[in-house]
Amino acid sequence: MKKISKILIIAAALSLVTGFFLPLWDISLEAPQYPEGLGMKIWVNKISGDLQTINGLNHYIGMKTIEPDSIKELSIMPYILGFLVITGILTGFAGRKKLLAVWVLIFVIAGIAGGVDFYMWEYDYGHNLNPEAAIKVPGMNYQPPLIGSKELLNFVAHSYPDTAGIIIIISGILSVCVLLFENISSRKLKVSEVKNETKVEKESIKFTADKSVRSGFIMQQ
Amino acid sequence: MIYKRLTTLMLIFTAVFIFSSCGDKKSSGPNISEDAASRVYVPPGKYDEFYSFVSGGFSGQLAVYGLPSGRLFRVIPVFSVDPEKGWGYTEETKPMLMTTHGFIPWDDSHHSELSMTDGVPDGRWIFINGNNTPRIARIDLKTFRTAEIIEIPNSAGNHSSPFTTENSEYVVAGTRFSIPIKEKDVPISSYTEKFNGTVSFVKVDPKSGNMSVAFQIMSPPFDYDLSHAGKNASHDWFFFSCYNTEQAHTLLEVNASQKDKDFIMAVNWKKAEEYVAQGKAKDYSADYYHNTYSDETHSATSEVLKTVKVLDPKDCPGMIYYIPCPKSPHGCDVDPSGEYIVGGGKLATVIPVFSFTKMLKAIEGKQFDGEIGGIPVIKYEAALHGEVQKPGLGPLHTEFDDKGYAYTSMFVSSEVVKWDIKKLEVVDRAPSYYSVGHIMIPGGDSKKPWGKYLVVMNKITKDRFLPTGPELTQSAQLYDITGDKMKLLLDFPTIGEPHYAQGIIADLVSKNSVKIFKIGENKNPYVTKSPNDVKVERKGNEIHVYMTMIRSHFTPDNIEGIKLGDVVYFHVTNLEQDWDIPHGFAVKGLMNSEMLIMPGETQTIKWEPKEVGVYPFYCTDFCSALHQEMQGYIRVSPANANIQISFSTGK
Repeated sequence: MKKISKILIIAAALSLVTGFFLPLWDISLEAPQYPEGLGMKIWVNKISGDLQTINGLNHYIGMKTIEPDSIKELSIMPYILGFLVITGILTGFAGRKKLLAVWVLIFVIAGIAGGVDFYMWEYDYGHNLNPEAAIKVPGMNYQPPLIGSKELLNFVAHSYPDTAGIIIIISGILSVCVLLFENISSRKLKVSEVKNETKVEKESIKFTADKSVRSGFIMQQ
Repeated sequence: MIYKRLTTLMLIFTAVFIFSSCGDKKSSGPNISEDAASRVYVPPGKYDEFYSFVSGGFSGQLAVYGLPSGRLFRVIPVFSVDPEKGWGYTEETKPMLMTTHGFIPWDDSHHSELSMTDGVPDGRWIFINGNNTPRIARIDLKTFRTAEIIEIPNSAGNHSSPFTTENSEYVVAGTRFSIPIKEKDVPISSYTEKFNGTVSFVKVDPKSGNMSVAFQIMSPPFDYDLSHAGKNASHDWFFFSCYNTEQAHTLLEVNASQKDKDFIMAVNWKKAEEYVAQGKAKDYSADYYHNTYSDETHSATSEVLKTVKVLDPKDCPGMIYYIPCPKSPHGCDVDPSGEYIVGGGKLATVIPVFSFTKMLKAIEGKQFDGEIGGIPVIKYEAALHGEVQKPGLGPLHTEFDDKGYAYTSMFVSSEVVKWDIKKLEVVDRAPSYYSVGHIMIPGGDSKKPWGKYLVVMNKITKDRFLPTGPELTQSAQLYDITGDKMKLLLDFPTIGEPHYAQGIIADLVSKNSVKIFKIGENKNPYVTKSPNDVKVERKGNEIHVYMTMIRSHFTPDNIEGIKLGDVVYFHVTNLEQDWDIPHGFAVKGLMNSEMLIMPGETQTIKWEPKEVGVYPFYCTDFCSALHQEMQGYIRVSPANANIQISFSTGK
């Protein structure tokens, strides 16, 4: 690994530490009678915000109470994040490309798994409704969006990454870029040997643009 | 023939013209600003620039209006019960209205006074006096609720109150009615020998706001009317107006209007503090109540205090002086610089303006006209800055703007007169509708008036609004005072009799306004913090129901096992933590009042059912789409029934 790559990977790993101090995700609700705003923030180990009010409102449509104590992810996530920080720093110091590939892979998988888990959690809360609820709208579910905005009865729900979430996503992209850069620079060396530089350079640009190809590319390495 | 017809037509036209012009004259009046509508219009969802706190007079309350719109935001219950909010009816609030005379559901609240820092309203608290049963209340402007009421001993008719010093070191109380203090049961005719007036200095804790009577000053039996503290150079002084220096005890209308001059009493309160520190004050035994309301326990407690320190001016040279003031003065107002003291002699034909500097010189040079009860009387001319000539009839109260002008209300000639403080010249006058009492410019009795608006509080309303039978609304009027001429902008109705008001730029108060009480911090002994903890307990014939409320149900909502003769206490906690979601509580046959319970708060109401039956209870404040469903039942069985206490929700 080049020196710059080492520094970037250590920086990326260290930036994940913000996840222990700042919220990862923000879900906010908008309605005319809530001019002051209503929302909750998901942290690595807790959920903050107007949880009690949201639970109070949700009981009308039969949604389960959101109880941070019963969400097991909140007790697992700090360890995953801590693992990524420590192994990331070690990878940077070790400076070995294979280790880098493994670390980035774990990082990306953890990210995807987190997203899938979050979606499933939202699906469960939005669909698994108490049949005795006071308000029943046929065909209606209350699953908030994974990312973006969605109208749910009198509310518009917005779901977006919060500060630490944005930092972690940038850190992830940065790590993938470092991995690609490392591979391209080594490929470049090989390619320059066969004097066919321009063609592969174009190819490499294609690689950075296409994520699905990128992961396949890593696998091949 | 044609001429005759023309003449008839002309007569009809003339008649119509006269009638229509009469109509115009009645409903408006001169000096209305052409852009009045846009000046007072606050668009939907926008905020007023100022809060104004207008005393509710004989309603015993304090009303909060926005300026310039004149919109009523809230009526704060202070000295009078308020069944709408449960104030004075819930077990938690009852102690607030306790006095040495017992529980009193009413008073006459005259003067509101904002707390000050460096002589400027700071928006922390507002004080108001109870005139009939002498008391001072402190209202916390974080919650807009009465936080404290202290009874004033050795007092009657607490009128010249609760004006405050530059840093609210003290609020004062002065007796409008002198009374016998040392011996209580004396002939009324012994007025001049046995009766006394007092002025009290009530210390305000700079952090908590808690009030305590620091000392009282005994005075001759005059009637103290209004007062104001000095500012800047006159910081150490307090000025009280008084009438009835004739010392009449009957037909005061005539007998107290004989002298050409009464007095303004100047008190050096720093000197008084020194005398108290030197032990010159005597301890008088006097029972008086001190009631405080805690936002932590959401309940009030009363303590009865037993002694008060009293200073006799005879023992305290240099502490008090009288300045002669024409005639039966009401207002006693100090300009923003602290140099000029304006007397508002109701029966005077001039407005006297005294100079603080000249007063000090007169004291130094001993320019006295004898003394009364050990209090030196300063020569009128020696302290006088000058008189405003021909200001109008019945000068009552003066407020100030930030440009060197004073505004004095004229009760008899029903107008406000604007005059130059230094030159003592009248520069403008505007009629009021009708018979103005007090006036208010936001910050107008402080060091830094916000000289934009003038509020006029009228004593008579007559034809200004649609009639409502013999009892009409009270009224206030708003004038624009930014230009050379005062311009009438708005009439608006008020509650009670608006005696006095305070105004403050809105930001200073709104930013601190509490939205909810945190349920986790609720220390009420009867709080129930979770529906899982509710219970119904029997203690002899007392039943304690620990109940929670949250949209849209009570827990418990079915209660049985109550027997005739039981006294039921509903301890109800509103579990909501959401802004503006109070719940109400009422049960059929409740003989006191409903309860309106704020988010995170616990309140208790006592219920004594008189008949066997099943009684519904419900939420009285529309809280949610299922508000109508927020209800429950409590069963009352015969006294000899064998039914155990049971309770449930959703079973």
